[in-house]
Amino acid sequence: MVNLKKEVEGKKLRIGWFSFSCCEDSTIVFTELLNDYFEEWSKFIDFVYVRVLRGKNKLKDLDVAFVEGAIASEREKKKLFDIRKNCKKLVAVGSCACTGGPSAQRNTFPKELEKEIEFLLRKFHQTDRVHKLEDLVRVDAKVPGCPMSEEKFLEVLNQMLKEFGIK
Amino acid sequence: MTIKKVDISIQDISKIEGHADLNVKVRNGKVQEVKLAFTDNKRFFTQAIRGQSIETLPQAVARICGTCSLAHTMCCIEAIERALKVPVSEQSKMLKKLTMYGLMIRDHALHIYLFALPDVFEKDSVLDFDGEETQYLKDSFDVKRAGNKLSTVVAGRAVHAPYPVPGGFSVLPDEKELKALIPELKLAREKVMKVLGVYARCDRDYTRATKFVALAGDEFNFLGDYILTSDGEKISEEKYFEHLEKVVIPYSQSIGYEFEGDTYMLGALARLNLNKESLHRNTKKDCARYLKLFPSNNIFLNNLAQGIEIVHAIDHSIEIIQKLKLTPEEPPELHYADCSGVGVIEAPRGTLFYRVNLKKDGTVKDGTIVTPTQQNQINMELDIKKIVQKEIDRGTSKEAIQYELEKLVRSYDPCISCAVHFLKVNWI
Repeated sequence: MVNLKKEVEGKKLRIGWFSFSCCEDSTIVFTELLNDYFEEWSKFIDFVYVRVLRGKNKLKDLDVAFVEGAIASEREKKKLFDIRKNCKKLVAVGSCACTGGPSAQRNTFPKELEKEIEFLLRKFHQTDRVHKLEDLVRVDAKVPGCPMSEEKFLEVLNQMLKEFGIK
Repeated sequence: MTIKKVDISIQDISKIEGHADLNVKVRNGKVQEVKLAFTDNKRFFTQAIRGQSIETLPQAVARICGTCSLAHTMCCIEAIERALKVPVSEQSKMLKKLTMYGLMIRDHALHIYLFALPDVFEKDSVLDFDGEETQYLKDSFDVKRAGNKLSTVVAGRAVHAPYPVPGGFSVLPDEKELKALIPELKLAREKVMKVLGVYARCDRDYTRATKFVALAGDEFNFLGDYILTSDGEKISEEKYFEHLEKVVIPYSQSIGYEFEGDTYMLGALARLNLNKESLHRNTKKDCARYLKLFPSNNIFLNNLAQGIEIVHAIDHSIEIIQKLKLTPEEPPELHYADCSGVGVIEAPRGTLFYRVNLKKDGTVKDGTIVTPTQQNQINMELDIKKIVQKEIDRGTSKEAIQYELEKLVRSYDPCISCAVHFLKVNWI
């Protein structure tokens, strides 16, 4: 087992926040949590890759990647693999990341609807099926809910802060 | 030295809702091609809603977009109410307005503080603010929180709200909780007034003449009553779709729209351009110096318009809450029939259109949804083209042009999740 404890005092948890195929409702819940927690979090958390907050984001050496949304295209698949390579822990956030749906609703379309959307799947290089994250990569923790449960998110975040020896 | 030949490619524009790529081609000093591609994957809601229960439809369509979920729910409910001729009480109408105001306060604040304000201060992120700027980050939390709480008390949650249903609300808010929001709303108002000054002082100019379209009426409430255009046309909600023409954008996961052959712009700027006289009297009084700037063709002022709309949403919410005496009432029973209904509301980013075709067995036959960002897409490309040409002619560097384009796109506050929600089969 990898020892994740940091030895350096004052070290912050390097987090990333990523969105794939979904309505980005958990991103909104995250930006709303900032209303009450930003001051506290800014002492412990380094927002390294958060597209809603930063223009210049670097996908490198993340401690924790929070990933929202299901995977529906080759482009998304490749990005997810990249994220997995560059983070120590990956957390699936929200219903689409944890279970696939509702973004995976096309997986259960009847034949005639499948036929109706087929040419678009090809045109935009979408995968035949929409995947939840753990179909493709190792997922270390989950925050379910549509949108994500705030309580569970705080619980997982605090757990990560502990695991990395930051708080 | 003026750039003669350049390809600008921005992948995954940041600080917007959803994902978009932008590609610009310049040859012989002239912009040849602008391609703004919305890259979120289609999630096929238009197919998925077929056969669904009418009662669960407003909740299902909320999942088209996290940040505008309340707009989708409310527009869908309006379409169902019209189709099934569901009576809506005066009390429910007031609660619907409060629901829309909560959405506007939170959603606009996310944009004008977290997404767009770094552009004004020439910073990459709100996290990089220093000195006096940091106050605006703190202010953003107070303003967003006030909107979030208003939505939560009235509609049950700020994202995917459970209480609104056709004909009313399944759970009524607690009057005490509602009244307790007033001090927070007043605090948020003070904060927003400060940021209006910041935007008004910024002289960024993205002017290009275009057509503006918005829902308007005697009251500025995002729910009615008719559609106005900057050409003076007045259109009923039922007829709105007849004026729109679909445009295939082959490189984008979204289709675009033209209004009677013209490109057009929707959103806060359009609403203020067309209907500022209907704003709340307190908003008109305190924002008078900013309201003089409208009507305007400067897309950058969309940010200021959103800020003014927050002030209005707060002013009218406070008035409604102070007067509201809630009486217990149940939402009316729905009587299913084979029928159709249209809903049109103003979502944060502009006019949102729903048509639902319903069946007497209580299920949805099919539906049509037209979102604001789809309708703004072509207009955005034309603005981008103009700005690139202007900057090329001024000898601006490629990097500076690229940054300018991101700022322009962010001024629109595009919502890509909404734009790519569905497909049309005759798309090729």
